[in-house]
Amino acid sequence: MHVPDGFLNLPTSAATAVVAVSVVALSARRARAELDDRTAPLAGLVATFIFAAQMINFPVGAGTSGHLIGAALAAALVGPWAATLCLTVVLIVQALLFADGGVSALGTNVLLMGIVAVWTAWWVMQTVIRLTRGRPRGVLIAVALGSLISVPVAALAFSALFAVGGAAEVPVGLLMKTMAGWHVLIGAGEALATTAVVGAVLRTRPDLVRLARRPAEDVSAQESVVIA
Amino acid sequence: MGAGTGQHLHVEGNSLLHRMSATAKLVGLLALVVVVVAIPKGAWFALAGSLCLGMLVLVSTGVSARHTLPRLAVDLPFVVFALVLPFVATGTRVPLGPVTVSESGLVAAGTLLAKASTGALVGVAFAVTTAPRDLVLALQQLRVPDPMVSIVSFMVRYLSVVSGELARMRIALASRGFRGRSLRSWPTIAASAGALFVRSFERGERVHLAMLSRGYAGRLPALEAPTTTPSMWALALAPAAIAGGLLVGALR
Repeated sequence: MHVPDGFLNLPTSAATAVVAVSVVALSARRARAELDDRTAPLAGLVATFIFAAQMINFPVGAGTSGHLIGAALAAALVGPWAATLCLTVVLIVQALLFADGGVSALGTNVLLMGIVAVWTAWWVMQTVIRLTRGRPRGVLIAVALGSLISVPVAALAFSALFAVGGAAEVPVGLLMKTMAGWHVLIGAGEALATTAVVGAVLRTRPDLVRLARRPAEDVSAQESVVIA
Repeated sequence: MGAGTGQHLHVEGNSLLHRMSATAKLVGLLALVVVVVAIPKGAWFALAGSLCLGMLVLVSTGVSARHTLPRLAVDLPFVVFALVLPFVATGTRVPLGPVTVSESGLVAAGTLLAKASTGALVGVAFAVTTAPRDLVLALQQLRVPDPMVSIVSFMVRYLSVVSGELARMRIALASRGFRGRSLRSWPTIAASAGALFVRSFERGERVHLAMLSRGYAGRLPALEAPTTTPSMWALALAPAAIAGGLLVGALR
């Protein structure tokens, strides 16, 4: 999933890095509201969890297995700003301590997985929740659709970047069709796994699922921070 | 792709790269990959040169190939992507054995493989020679904003704790006869992942309270980072300079 060095040319990589840095800087500020005032240790441990969750193998059958990408999961659990922050840190640590993903492509990877996937998932989830009007099943349907859609959208964003600054002249239509096709399948797996994980958290600690919190509770949470 | 890597890649050692400050190494790594990415398509001499440079850097760490080779395999999906390129790219077709392929696609695939492999080689070289705590110090010294540095530091500190928790859950499942083989095992696996999140989140809350009780007031104390000598900088930037020479030669 991680884009290595040399897939996109230098100007495109630099442009994605600039966008990534500015959005991450904004996220760092906004995440304080989502995680109250405990940002550093909480975001650190949620990032560690996302990293560990990517190591959990979900068997597909015939000896193969897949694993979570975690963008939709993070967005559902801690909200989009904190999710961007956590995925960025995961990608930095993966690139520098595990040589996973190119260092010059770090901005691209943050943009695709930490920003595009997270925000697509969040917008879809918010929309579904509004449409289901707070019915109990609504949260799980929202999580399923959010993760299902976020994966091919991130893949399409990669195809678009590849069309602008890619290493080869590939027919854009073909690239988009192939990438979207494969990633709808991956997204289906992501949806099943993410929904099951969020469902498990909802049964034990529903208060920790950001997506399931009502706006009114958010306001009171923020007020209590101000008082504290 | 993250799967199956619970341990840091770092290996203790006494090579030149091990002794170099992480700050210089990180700047050197970034400079080198940026120069390599800038090499134009089909400049085979420069690409082969940078690939050799990458191998040289990795070999200079003195870490055994048994440790580094599996790590390089994570780039495999993109090798597949590169191998498909000659068949789908546009442009004049040239015969290659029994099939005809796109000439520009072939050039692009070769370029891409060389650049991605160089990046992976030096990336692994950085990872095996840099202790996680030194990376945190380097980020701090390179003026990465405080909140980011502290999140990274919490992550590297608790990585083995959380992976250890995951390993214990696996053992607990296995000792109760669980064998994940098909889609039917997903609810069980997801329940452990959910439990892992709750435990991680609650640990974060406890860590925060522990910090408060030790006088945390919004900033972690700055740590003393080792200084980087000018000769260390020169050494760290040498590979990037050589690649720069190759790049200039290719552009001419």
